[in-house]
Amino acid sequence: MARAALPGRLTWRAATLTEERWESATARTLVLDVPDWPGHLPGQHIDVRLTAPDGYRAQRSYSIASAWESKTVELTVQRVDDGEVSPYLTDTLQIGEQLELRGPVGGWFVWRETQQTPVLLVAGGSGVVPLMAMIRARGAAKNKTPFRLIYSVRTPGDACYADELARRVRDDPGLDVKFVYTRKTPDGWPAPPKRIDVATINSYGWPAEFTPDCYVCGPTTFVEAAADILVALGHDPKRIRTERFGGTS
Amino acid sequence: MGIISRGFGGRRRESIPGLPPGQYLTHDFPVLSAGPTPRIPLDRWSFTITTETGAKSSWNWTEFTALTSEDVTVDIHCVTKWSKLGSTWRGVSLDTLLAEVDTAADYTMVHSFGGYTTNVPLEDLLDSKAWIAYKFDGEDLEPEHGGPARMLIPHLYFWKSAKWVNGLTLMNEDEPGFWEAAGYHMYGDPWLEQRYQGD
Repeated sequence: MARAALPGRLTWRAATLTEERWESATARTLVLDVPDWPGHLPGQHIDVRLTAPDGYRAQRSYSIASAWESKTVELTVQRVDDGEVSPYLTDTLQIGEQLELRGPVGGWFVWRETQQTPVLLVAGGSGVVPLMAMIRARGAAKNKTPFRLIYSVRTPGDACYADELARRVRDDPGLDVKFVYTRKTPDGWPAPPKRIDVATINSYGWPAEFTPDCYVCGPTTFVEAAADILVALGHDPKRIRTERFGGTS
Repeated sequence: MGIISRGFGGRRRESIPGLPPGQYLTHDFPVLSAGPTPRIPLDRWSFTITTETGAKSSWNWTEFTALTSEDVTVDIHCVTKWSKLGSTWRGVSLDTLLAEVDTAADYTMVHSFGGYTTNVPLEDLLDSKAWIAYKFDGEDLEPEHGGPARMLIPHLYFWKSAKWVNGLTLMNEDEPGFWEAAGYHMYGDPWLEQRYQGD
């Protein structure tokens, strides 16, 4: 029998890999079975702990990609080529094998269905993961809050969840998605590659007067740039939630 | 729990004696903030200590940078698992700022431009354990790293080292700050791996 967890205490749990999906050439979704998982809010993250045969351990944090309505814990892990943990998770971990995780963690970079205002999601690369959890939670709840996602990727092949996003734009009323390509666009795209800029956020975000809740996630330089643009466009800094990652895992 | 990951561990970084449990070494300086980076003009900067009786001591930028400063080399440990060893800072010791403050309080709340807060016991700010830093690596502290000035409390996880700091409130009772109210540990000792509530 597992010991009962103290209220509010995050204990390490065994998680078993039950399914996998490649979202791009370098990003793999891990579908994990975690018995007695308490559920999570979209935007929260978990800590993963790996132990090598000689006892060496490493921990990393990963955003949860799934909405709890699906009753699964899914992580989408971007392989960092010189990383220590991510290549194991993308290329070595096999179906049926286990790892340890604990969570959920974080009560700030989350979206709650009770929020009344429109939502702007701004993603750079694998920063889309916690934002996808928000889109999935909204869809599962048939929530009608207007959502816009601006998703910056290097090339079309780097976009995670592309098919699901296209389906949800069709089926989830009030969801819009705008891709920005920084290195290579799809064939027939009307503009050359570019980074996210004032015009992008002005055209595809919400006016500041709508007082949207803004969530920005991606590499530090991306988040700094996007958050600065939102502030310059008149958005209240208190309504701009950010999550940055350095890409050092 | 005894879960062993076969095939894991081959890419480990060399073992570093200065690293607390669960941390890895980085040579970068990653950024972690809850919102946009505020830009605070120096002529609008001030730092205010408010005691439990409401008495206030304030410094503007000119007064603050005229105080005796110290150059310190410290290791810093972020709860998101990175550690940076031997980072060099210049700042004003909290011993200097609190020298003339009359208080019987045991706890403090650190306040920042933008509304961020974090709680720290008063004794953790005293005896050369904490500074308000305004230079990093010999340069003015950049806004994204907390400039013009940030708290530097290297013996606690780095979220306690509030960026864009503008005040300190002394309190008789401990209260959670921003991340503490969101599930992070009230104290945050990296050597005891006090990341989250209950650790």
